[in-house]
Amino acid sequence: MYAVQIENLTKIYGSGHTEVVALADATFDVAPGELVAILGPSGSGKTTLLTTIGLVTEPTRGKVVLDGELIAEDGWPKGLDLKRIRREKLGFIFQAHNLIPFLTAVENVMIALENNGIGAKEARMRSIELLESLGLGHRLNHYPALLSGGESQRTAIARALANQPRVILADEPTAALDTENGKNVMALLKKLAVENNSAILVVTHDQRMVEGFDRIFTFSDGRIVGEKRNS
Amino acid sequence: MNLALRDIRHQKSRFIQTCLGLGLLLGVVMSMSGIYRGLFTDATGILNATAADLWVVQQDTSGPFAATSRIPEEIKYRIRAVPGVAQASALSFQNIQSERHGAPFRFFLVGYELGGMGGPPVIVAGRPIRQKHYEIVVDRAMKIGLGERLRLGGDDYTIVGHTAKMVSSAGDPVAYVTLADAQKIQFKDDNNAIRNSREKLAGQLERLPVLSPGQAGRLTPQIAGIVGSTHIVNTVVARLDTGANLVQVQDRISRWNHYRPLTGADQERILTEGMIKKAKMQLGMFRAILLVISGVIISLIIYTMTLDKLRVIATLKLIGTRNRVIVGLILQQSLLMGVIAYVIGFVLIALTRDKFPRRLDLVPIDLQLLFGIVILICIGASLVGIRKAMRVEPAEALGG
Repeated sequence: MYAVQIENLTKIYGSGHTEVVALADATFDVAPGELVAILGPSGSGKTTLLTTIGLVTEPTRGKVVLDGELIAEDGWPKGLDLKRIRREKLGFIFQAHNLIPFLTAVENVMIALENNGIGAKEARMRSIELLESLGLGHRLNHYPALLSGGESQRTAIARALANQPRVILADEPTAALDTENGKNVMALLKKLAVENNSAILVVTHDQRMVEGFDRIFTFSDGRIVGEKRNS
Repeated sequence: MNLALRDIRHQKSRFIQTCLGLGLLLGVVMSMSGIYRGLFTDATGILNATAADLWVVQQDTSGPFAATSRIPEEIKYRIRAVPGVAQASALSFQNIQSERHGAPFRFFLVGYELGGMGGPPVIVAGRPIRQKHYEIVVDRAMKIGLGERLRLGGDDYTIVGHTAKMVSSAGDPVAYVTLADAQKIQFKDDNNAIRNSREKLAGQLERLPVLSPGQAGRLTPQIAGIVGSTHIVNTVVARLDTGANLVQVQDRISRWNHYRPLTGADQERILTEGMIKKAKMQLGMFRAILLVISGVIISLIIYTMTLDKLRVIATLKLIGTRNRVIVGLILQQSLLMGVIAYVIGFVLIALTRDKFPRRLDLVPIDLQLLFGIVILICIGASLVGIRKAMRVEPAEALGG
């Protein structure tokens, strides 16, 4: 079973002469454990693709299946619990890491687990294990303001991984990092994709960061204009 | 995990400062309620301490507190003779303002008959008045020590006892002297005035053709005695026998010329609905305005705190946090702020209530009501923030 299946996915903003096609007929599948890069210049539709798969933007047309569950077919099906799917099947990593400033590193990971109904004690234990595995054992009780850019992004990755989602969506995760830290984060994502058998879709405009990705899609004007598969 | 407490922990000093400011505001609201209640207690203090069934005052007046009333003292004998009357005593009241240690010194002087009604209800230090003249019991608020002397009407009075929390309807502390002393202080002219008045009277009598000089000379002291009599009081209070019919007694006295018998309930109505009504309304209005201001301030604070957290809320929504958790974050902070501010306000007022120049009665029902109002304000205020938070799109968490 594919982790992500999209078929003719289209997002159009506005109508008539103000119509803007942000995403046009995107079709591809992503297997579990696969690391996929979405490349393209600003305004090419890559973030729209991510937010559509992430149940943040409702598609105008097309189909999205996440881990076997139909989540969009010419719009969202009625009664679809978007938050439940986001909690259970998706993990998000943001450009600006988006850690909750009033929660410590460990609490930032815990919140994702508690959202899924895991008790505080177990959530804390699992969060500590996760952060330690990412080399942040010494920063557990630090607030985001006291973490470096790399540490913040690793904490955000831990939060995205906490519920072992089938799909991780990363929006420019290295944009706020220097080259070395950026490469480290990408290497970490690749390692985690294999270890957790999660499909990881990374949006970036920096070609240097996509070495070792399984597949690379290139977007332009809302369309897939290139697909490269690394063996 | 409680997000509200975590957020507060992260910005402790800001939250505490906000609570402190709000606490001061709620403290003012509490003090308003206390003064509002205190006005009533003060207004009825002497009334309740006297515990009279009837207050006989000058006809067509609402004396002795709300209007001037002067009646002859001897009417008390006639009242005592009315069937059903167990006890009747004459009382005099007057406001006195003098200077003491260079500062204005104001009090309310009550003249009462020793062993009669209307004297100091409780002596908290020293003793009651035992001599007919020149002894005085003062309220502790007047800050005059036992044994000290107070000059009134040309005579020195020795402070023999202290009473506590006895004030007039205007909030002035009360002092007690015997009726005779009070009459002398209130009604007796000084010696020069008496001498001038007698000479004037003698001159007028001598000029009357119907009187011989000898007759005029003998009449002058008699008439001067009547004219200069100090046997005047402001009211005669009466207590009835058990089972006596108040209406009948009142009806009987009201048939006499020149007198108006008011019941205790009449007096209370005159004092509370007449004398302090506007002051109470003013305080009530002020209290309501302060509550509205508190509501607006809490709303603004909660709204601003929510605006500061919009990206956090968007992130929480994106990672699948349930709405009730986000609502709880805002609502709990608002409630916590209200409760802490209320406690601060209460402690502040409880510690300073005795320093207020006027009585401040913190009545449990008022405090409970205010607490309820504060909780409602907090819930209402948080709705503004919650509304804003619910409109935040998860997409706002994305991007740089």
